[in-house]
Amino acid sequence: MTAAWVALGLSLKVALWATALDLVLGVAVGFALARSRFPGRELVDSLLLLPMVLPPTVLGYYLLVLVGRRGALGAWLESRFDIHLVFTWQGAVLAAALVGFPFVCKAARAAFETVDVQVEQAARVLGLGAPAIFFRVTLPLAWRGILAGVLLAFARALGEFGATLMVAGSIPGKTQTLSIAVYEAVQAGQDGLANLLVALTSTTCIVVLLLAGRFAPPRIAGRP
Amino acid sequence: MHCARRALVALLLAGAAGLGSAGELTVSAAASLTNALREVGAAFDAQNPGTRVLFNFAASGSLLQQIAQGAPVDVFASADAETMDEAERRRLVDPASRVDFAANALVLVVPGDAAQVPASLADLARPAWRRIAIGAPASVPAGRYAERALEQAGLWPALAPKTIRAQSVRQALDYVARGEVDAGFVYASDAALMAGKVRVALAVPTATPVRYPIAIVVGSRHVDEARRFIAFVRTPAAQAVLRRHGFTAPSS
Repeated sequence: MTAAWVALGLSLKVALWATALDLVLGVAVGFALARSRFPGRELVDSLLLLPMVLPPTVLGYYLLVLVGRRGALGAWLESRFDIHLVFTWQGAVLAAALVGFPFVCKAARAAFETVDVQVEQAARVLGLGAPAIFFRVTLPLAWRGILAGVLLAFARALGEFGATLMVAGSIPGKTQTLSIAVYEAVQAGQDGLANLLVALTSTTCIVVLLLAGRFAPPRIAGRP
Repeated sequence: MHCARRALVALLLAGAAGLGSAGELTVSAAASLTNALREVGAAFDAQNPGTRVLFNFAASGSLLQQIAQGAPVDVFASADAETMDEAERRRLVDPASRVDFAANALVLVVPGDAAQVPASLADLARPAWRRIAIGAPASVPAGRYAERALEQAGLWPALAPKTIRAQSVRQALDYVARGEVDAGFVYASDAALMAGKVRVALAVPTATPVRYPIAIVVGSRHVDEARRFIAFVRTPAAQAVLRRHGFTAPSS
């Protein structure tokens, strides 16, 4: 039964790393999309949304072809840095980050677009540099909207199954997250273990939702 | 607009009609049988107008769980006696209909472009072989055969940490063919399927011979067709197809 706790720990580790990656990349890309004007901006926006609509198996296949040992990126990573992503927990993070990215990016873009440019201009007139304006004025004003996307990305990362199974496989203690452990327990007819895993997953999700309600702005948590 | 709506309704009705179709025989079969049985099924369809065989291929253990949960399956073909014994014990198949119809052999394969080939199972313990694909022993017979062979050779404790567990023997084959693992345990028939992409390093002796039993699932509503299909896979024509795909006769 310790296997279930190991799977829970791994799921949280993978989801937290994936969310951290999404936070950094999603805020950066979301800001760029909100503030810059270039031809094809909406096309880029749609392409970035793809991981949200593509089946996870398609994403898993793309990743496998890209970062696999014979993939363009995978072969380079292996020869230069001896980094393997397939069948490792880092590979699971990559898959989870990919599916969660659109949630943060989209929320960040929308949040940045609501920030009044005049406030930023006022800060500039008062002598603040660009980085200071971003971190002390823009980001704090957009923060609540971004947090909504981050919570959704975390929830999505925690539940990731298809792409993760294809890229990271199902190695107990290494890449076997809760959702994959449930699948394998059911396939093997281990109903006792499956019940425990399902209960753990449900409890974790309820806790995440409660935390979201506690810390997130009211309109995200669905409270008045 | 109207046209589209009518087409949609027709499509839905056609789908609903398909649910209760009398002539459809659902066969759940071990993943390693995929290509051979599809061909056998096409020949069966041609000889039996009005009957259509639908296949559901997966790891034998997964198929057993689906049947236990009430999946509407007519015929079950597993890649080992053990899974079929379990199905019999749980009264999921009719023991009187059970018969072995094919045999196979377990082999160790390496990627086609592998720099080195293990000369023995013991070689796998060396650092040169970092990842070894094996079917998840709990549900994949090929994984169970491999686990036991390695246990008998006293190699399991050393190799277990290197194993990458696949959801079916075909996934293990795919991992080797893509070069994501350094070696993998599959059947001789699987290796033959990807002869260009994988190379057989050695034959792995198994404690029990690899045999494929087939039986009628209890509660099947197509018992006559099921019986005819089981008889068909044992005809010389069907056996020739199995031979061509790398399977052997169950008696040999």
